[in-house]
Amino acid sequence: MTFLFSFFSLDHCGSRLGTKTMLGRSLREVSAALKQGQITPTELCQKCLSLIKKTKFLNAYITVSEEVALKQAEESERRYKKGHSLGNLDGIPVAIKDNFSTSGIKTTCASNMLKDYIPPYNATVVQKLLDQGAILMGKTNLDEFAMGSGSTDGAFGPVKNPWSYSKQHKAKRKEKPHAESEDPDWLIAGGSSGGSAAAVSAFTCFAALGSDTGGSTRNPAAHCGVVGFKPSYGLVSRHGLIPLVNSMDVPGILTRCVDDAAIVLGVLAGHDPKDSTTVQDPFKPFTLPTLTDVSKLRVGIPKEYLVPELSREVQSLWSKAADLFESEGAKVIEVSLPHTSYSIVCYHVLCTAEVASNMARFDGLEYGHRCNIDLSTEAMYAATRREGFNDVVRGRILSGNYFLLKENYENYFVKAQKVRRLIANDFVNVFNSGVDVLLTPTTLGEAVPYKEFIKEDNRTRSAQDDIFTQAANMAGLPAVSVPVALSNQGLPVGLQLIGPAFSDQQLLTVARWFEKQIHFPVIQLQEIMDDFSSVSENEKLPSISLKQ
Amino acid sequence: MWARVARLGRWALVGGHRAFATEVCRGGGRVTAEVIAHLERLALVDFGSREAVARLEKAIAFAERLHAVDTERVEPLESVLEDRCLYLRPDNVVEGNCVEEILQNSHRVVEEYFVAPPGMCCAKYFNSELRPEEESWWCVKAL
Repeated sequence: MTFLFSFFSLDHCGSRLGTKTMLGRSLREVSAALKQGQITPTELCQKCLSLIKKTKFLNAYITVSEEVALKQAEESERRYKKGHSLGNLDGIPVAIKDNFSTSGIKTTCASNMLKDYIPPYNATVVQKLLDQGAILMGKTNLDEFAMGSGSTDGAFGPVKNPWSYSKQHKAKRKEKPHAESEDPDWLIAGGSSGGSAAAVSAFTCFAALGSDTGGSTRNPAAHCGVVGFKPSYGLVSRHGLIPLVNSMDVPGILTRCVDDAAIVLGVLAGHDPKDSTTVQDPFKPFTLPTLTDVSKLRVGIPKEYLVPELSREVQSLWSKAADLFESEGAKVIEVSLPHTSYSIVCYHVLCTAEVASNMARFDGLEYGHRCNIDLSTEAMYAATRREGFNDVVRGRILSGNYFLLKENYENYFVKAQKVRRLIANDFVNVFNSGVDVLLTPTTLGEAVPYKEFIKEDNRTRSAQDDIFTQAANMAGLPAVSVPVALSNQGLPVGLQLIGPAFSDQQLLTVARWFEKQIHFPVIQLQEIMDDFSSVSENEKLPSISLKQ
Repeated sequence: MWARVARLGRWALVGGHRAFATEVCRGGGRVTAEVIAHLERLALVDFGSREAVARLEKAIAFAERLHAVDTERVEPLESVLEDRCLYLRPDNVVEGNCVEEILQNSHRVVEEYFVAPPGMCCAKYFNSELRPEEESWWCVKAL
């Protein structure tokens, strides 16, 4: 077996701090810099704010909470001066997907329905970040109510993938250079947490919250070249996350390396009395152990994930990653998840049904958009919902109501719940057979240009794009997408690791080991960030890693 | 691994195609006008266009694939946490006194009430020509 990986460590979580500017560092590194007084929280916050302004065209943020951020940074600064910092997150700029409630800050779900909605309370995960001294930079863009896989279907316009403007992609882009207009054929960021992924990828914050119902954290993470982690269902509170599918939603974490995701998870995880679906097992924040020996590890490769739609490049990288595990002594085993091909259709029915129920709360009466029609309450409801929701949301509400009709309930909804059990059991069987972790692609291919993406409708797109990510939500399993290499187009490709329920720590430990072997290259956005040239020395080395 | 992938390729071609092929829905996939009216009433969302109806028909046709799975003697899975006790917090008031904050997001309030237009029972609520009889009555909903 040929060994295809180099072992230079120059990834985000690597060393060589001297050559990196502050914004290019990992969360842990910048936290150390804050503790050592190399930079103050206010300076760091201002750097991020100025980069947010420079990258405004990415449309990653719906709301930039500049004033709040600067005030929080000041408070953090005072704590550092007194030597009472709150921990690793104190003074760290973070961004929050705009479907998490933030007290006093607009929370829109990228919908006209909530475009002026200001929640009176914080989501538990937001409160936990703030309690640790994190600085809230703003609320990030998404598909309306998180329904989508491109971050193209929001009321405030699509998110542009920062890699569209990277040196790596520009050098490899197929199109003729003379056709370069003001805005080239930019690529989608993936979704629905595309704003969060773009924000982390473009260095405007060190971590961001996404949400993950069918892959909404992992999909944009793969397309934007960042780490996207979906925790086990029940580990992290959903209180204050505006629900899409209650039985599958989980808050997701987007960071530039696995270690940072573990830090954030340590802050977020644990029982919440306000969310009865969080488990009561005590959770202790962990430091990821350094894995040196993977010879005891059993890695499963689900054969059903090799679908014809999978791009050759991704397939080849997947295969090479399996070889890497094998060559390092891990046991790589082909496994079967026989009900995989029904996962998308099962999700389709359960999702629309729960959406139909969840979206009933938006009636114009208590909060959100209200139309001007006052003929009757129902007329007001109906017109409000027509004006407030986009086609995708309305379509899912109608489909969901159809599947929930008395005469259809058993046939579709209960049937889908039964299929869901079969899908969940597939995973139970595989993990019971001794497999520790599954290795799969995250997406079928690299990010596509916006113009290509919008040729298909949202449902078709979501059905295709969620194909590898969505079963983990059905079964409530932890899963993480790790960026592994650049495609021939100079665009990031991610691979996914899935673990048994509540094996989050073990999963991240393996993911960190994997990440250390592959050194995904740092995005080069020099033209946007003039003070970023020093990161570019990484440019040659990583190309030897997972290359074709 | 290479051999493995090649082997998988053939296998998945069979399974994978099933997942993406279009299929003809049972009964031709047409949704009747009655069902459409009923759904609009239940969902309080109107279809608005022929395309929206076509989208529903496609969604139903897609869902038909579930019937290819044998679920005999399989119990529905409602929550992945079904084996755990559901936590219920003590039924004590721990928060409150936030009427002002809650009301500030409503477009129309009177004192501590949300205000709704008159009449809930209007069969053709989408039809703006129909006016409810008791025009002067406005519904109020206590917080």
